[in-house]
Order: sequence, then structure tokens, then C-alpha cells
Amino acid sequence: MADFSPWPALAGGVLIGCAATVLLWVNGRIAGICGVLAGLLPPRSDWLWRTGFLGALLFTGLLAALVFPEAIGASPASLPWLAVAGLLVGVGTRLGNGCTSGHGVCGISRLSPRSIAATATFVGFGVLTVALVRTFGGLP
Amino acid sequence: MTAARLRALGAIAAGLLFGAGLLLSGMTRPAKVLGFLDVFGDWDPSLLLVMAGAIGVHALGYRLVRRRAVPLADVRFWVPERGAIDARLLFGSALFGVGWGLAGYCPGPALVSLASAAPGVLVFVLALILGSKLTAALGEREVRPSEATAPRV
Repeated sequence: MADFSPWPALAGGVLIGCAATVLLWVNGRIAGICGVLAGLLPPRSDWLWRTGFLGALLFTGLLAALVFPEAIGASPASLPWLAVAGLLVGVGTRLGNGCTSGHGVCGISRLSPRSIAATATFVGFGVLTVALVRTFGGLP
Repeated sequence: MTAARLRALGAIAAGLLFGAGLLLSGMTRPAKVLGFLDVFGDWDPSLLLVMAGAIGVHALGYRLVRRRAVPLADVRFWVPERGAIDARLLFGSALFGVGWGLAGYCPGPALVSLASAAPGVLVFVLALILGSKLTAALGEREVRPSEATAPRV
């Protein structure tokens, strides 16, 4: 438990919960990053609010990179592995209709059985993958 | 204010809160995310608290908001209908989990991290978009034959 940081984690989670609630309250939409992004790829639908949401998300990153760059870390995986991982995440979240935000936060909050099953599955396979990578002494 | 403008403002506010939450909670540091998934090693349970905070607030927020007939700036709620837990959902989620465990990125933190302009996160996001587009294109091809055989009215 080298890096346990309960308070920032809890506070960050509360902000994410507020974000999901604002988007549902004003727009009637689920704050699922994959879903918002998927709707921006052609054929596009409702580009204005999607661009606003993702643009604001990118803006927070830019701000952090300027004033608090330590908040953004790099992945330990090499470029080829990151390409493989990105493909798996892109295919998987499209097939599974959601990722950590859509299923993990929004879906579990409304007690959706599909989202609970999806979250258990991706966390389970994430744990398994990290355990296997560790067993083989890291990614080649 | 027009409804479309209000929707854009709502989305911007939500995006700012979401990004701030990801940055504050440590989700934009893949090492921390991998530490959470490393249950059998040097486990860092922080992400459980991120989820607890987010779900705690949104479970309450969801119930309050859904008392309304419609959202503030749209004619209906766009919340998915309750569907069955099928193989597609579980297979997709499993693939996502493997990718998450390899990189330490899920889509939201990866998008926020694009600002670092590190080659790794650029490659990850481009591959993610490619994977998503390919899956959508293949899915469409699957649908077409049944549409062609459907009776015309």
C-alpha cells in the first residue's frame, strides 16, 4: 500500500459524481466517456454538447500540464503495447457499450445489472492481466 | 438562453468537473491505476475510494434528477433501457479489462492525459479510436443482411 491516498481519491470521486449528475440534470445524458466519444465519430450525432464535454475534459488536462504536471503520469508500457492496449480498449468498450465511467460510475449508481456485470468483468480481467504481467516479470 | 446553448454549457461544466476529478484522484497516473489492479502485489486501494465517492454522489444525484419528467434542457432522458447481460457485453468488458491492465489507461484519463503530449498516450488514444470505429463498422455490416431480408412495407 505504498501509494494509498484516500482523501484526494475520495474528493476526486465526489467531483466525478457531481459531473455525472450535472450532465444528467441539464442534458439528460449518461457521462460515459466512450459513449460521448463514440457519438463524435462519424456518423456524428449531437456534436455540440459532446464537443463541449470532451473539450472541457481536454482543457483540464492542459491546465494541469501547465500548473501541476505531476498530476499526469506516463504509462510504463512500451509504444507497441500501448497500441495493443488502446485497440483492446476501443473494441472492448464499443462491444460492451461502456467503460469505467459509463458502467462503473453511472451504471452502478442506478443499479443497472448490465453495468454491475460489466464492471466486475473489466476489473476482474484488469486484475488478472496485471497479475500475469507481474508473473512473467513485466511486458516484453 | 436556447436549449442547445444550455446543453453546451451543461456539458462544459460536467467536463470540467469530470477532468478535475480524474486529475485530483490520481486516475491520470497509470502507475496508480495499475497499483489498484495489482491486488496480489503492492495493492493501492485508492481507486475504490474514487468509485465510492463518485457512486455515492451520483446514486443520490440520479434519484433526485430522475424525479423530474425531463432534463433541464432536453425533451427526454437518454438513459439506456435495462437489457440482458449477454456474451457481447461480457466479452467486450473482458477485452477492455485486458487493455486497461496492460496500459493503466481507461478512456477518460487517457483523454485528459493527451495534454502531456507524451507519445505513449497519443498512440493509445489513436488505437482506441481506431478500435472503436472498426467495431462499429463491422457491427453495421452484421446488421445489413437482416435488414435486406426484412419485409418491406
